Amino acid sequence: MSQHGFLSGSIAAFTHALQHALESEELARSDGWLQRLNPRVKLVGLLALIVATAASRKLSVVLLIFAVALVMAMASRVQWKTLLTRVWLPVLGFTGVIAVPAIFLTPGEVFWRSPFGGVHVTHAGLRAAAMLVSRVETAATLSTLLILCTPWTHVLKALRSLHVPVEIVAILMMTHRYVYLLIETANEMFVARQSRMVGRLDAAAQRRVATRTGGVLLGKTVQLGEEVHLAMQARGFRGDVRLLDEFRMAARDYAALALLLGITAAALYVGH
Amino acid sequence: MHIPDGYLSPATCAVLYGGAAPFWYVSLRKIRRRLHTRVIPLLSVFSAFSFVIMMFNLPLPGGTTGHAVGMGVTTVVLGPWGSILAISVALTIQAFFFGDGGITALGANCFNMAIVGSLVTYVVYRSIAGRSPLTSRRRMFSAAIAAYVAINTAALFAAVEFGIQPLLFKDAMGAPLYAPYPLSVAIPAMMIGHLTFAGAAEAIITGGIVAYLQRSDASLLAPFSGMAAEGAVTDARTPILGRLWAGLAALMLLTPLGVLAVGTAWGEWSVKDFADAASRERIAAASQHRALPAGVPEGLHRLSSAWTAPFPDYAPQFIKSEPFGYMLSAMFGVGLILAVLWLGRKFLLRGGNTP
Repeated sequence: MSQHGFLSGSIAAFTHALQHALESEELARSDGWLQRLNPRVKLVGLLALIVATAASRKLSVVLLIFAVALVMAMASRVQWKTLLTRVWLPVLGFTGVIAVPAIFLTPGEVFWRSPFGGVHVTHAGLRAAAMLVSRVETAATLSTLLILCTPWTHVLKALRSLHVPVEIVAILMMTHRYVYLLIETANEMFVARQSRMVGRLDAAAQRRVATRTGGVLLGKTVQLGEEVHLAMQARGFRGDVRLLDEFRMAARDYAALALLLGITAAALYVGH
Repeated sequence: MHIPDGYLSPATCAVLYGGAAPFWYVSLRKIRRRLHTRVIPLLSVFSAFSFVIMMFNLPLPGGTTGHAVGMGVTTVVLGPWGSILAISVALTIQAFFFGDGGITALGANCFNMAIVGSLVTYVVYRSIAGRSPLTSRRRMFSAAIAAYVAINTAALFAAVEFGIQPLLFKDAMGAPLYAPYPLSVAIPAMMIGHLTFAGAAEAIITGGIVAYLQRSDASLLAPFSGMAAEGAVTDARTPILGRLWAGLAALMLLTPLGVLAVGTAWGEWSVKDFADAASRERIAAASQHRALPAGVPEGLHRLSSAWTAPFPDYAPQFIKSEPFGYMLSAMFGVGLILAVLWLGRKFLLRGGNTP
């Protein structure tokens, strides 16, 4: 690891998260099929498709849901490159590593036997690996579409339609807001530390820098919590949470909900 | 350890959502009582802190880097109930907005990391730290060890969830439908990484931050240290915990329902079952009509006399009523477990009284 590797690694992670958020917000404001729908319809419809993907016992059904996700992505102007770099390649890298050994380790009828040694591929292993990879890719594509095509605050507010308590939704919304503030704060601390480093730090010193920064961040978090609480009280907060519900259902939303739930019902029926 | 969508069956996900729900409810009730109007702002910023701490790139011994979950430090400062909520909220934001962990698997991830992680951290931390001073090295090491044990326990839960998938969910041809590896592969594969790198990352970040707080602002460690009047010591006597005890008692009273089950559980046959013709037929039917050995298996016969349980078949022989025998056995079993836990805690805390 380079002398600044651990600092650069953290800074890169913070920058990536902020960049990811900015790109998502930008795409969510663009004009497309999913973007025009009511957030509650998107949340319920896409979650239903994710559940159908998880419940299906047939590879063909999972692949059909994946095809539906691709059509929705095209209709919503989500670039293939975005899905490739954000979802498909990372998921393939992670799940592929887990799935490949299953091709050889899963017991069952032998599909191919290696001429060198006792390695063999089984039919059951191939099916298990294909099922796992396609299922994870499809579910990840659907959840990414939800986020790329909906402003994040709308997604959180739409959670009320799933009967998530209003307090929890309020906490999620505030967390979402302060995540960026704390990422920015942590990023500044790491950059400030990096700019003052002229020599090499041994591993123990690097760990001390990282944990001290975490400790300072914790102190700032407590302070921030108190300040936010006082500010809320100054504005008259007495513990009751109210959220404005600005979502209105249009005919297009009902049609889209019927379509997505119809596909889900068909997938659940055929998939079993 | 963030389980993505597709690795666990919907049934497993539903069970873990159901398992997590009472903990979320109890946590929210307890935290609301302690913090009043502070609940929303304080939990929000702590959830944001947990999220950010998960992104820290931590140098580990051996030249590699790792990431912590943050369950250790959050529990030490916020207590187990606050930590359950803060980590759950952070995991929700990660799942929905950063694709780290699945949405259907969110209940499982919260159960493993937020609930099991926070509760194990708290029990181990309080047990080892005892009543040592807030600024003692023992308290710092307690937090680090607690975080290490907690992340490994959470990983073990995740490994078991993975490992039971191929046992329970296969297609018509016998191919696993979800995570494909059995427990014998899933547990070592998961634990090797957590006993080494992930465990080290969690222990270092927790111990390091606690050491920093001991020097800069030890008061942050006070509320759940066992040294203050408020906190978990008084929480243990709140009505909500009382209701959990009542729930446990109700479950014990419901144990006679077990006698409604017909026959013997698969694999729990006795020598007598193998000798009886009617029982043999039932065993064969439950085993896909595979041929049974002609007589009582030699190993079963030999080992069956090695140990005689005090309550065979969950009913002491002197009790004639089977439901009452079931209930008594349940009370005895739960009481025995609680007594062992109580004695263990008493023993550990006695050690902690002498800092």
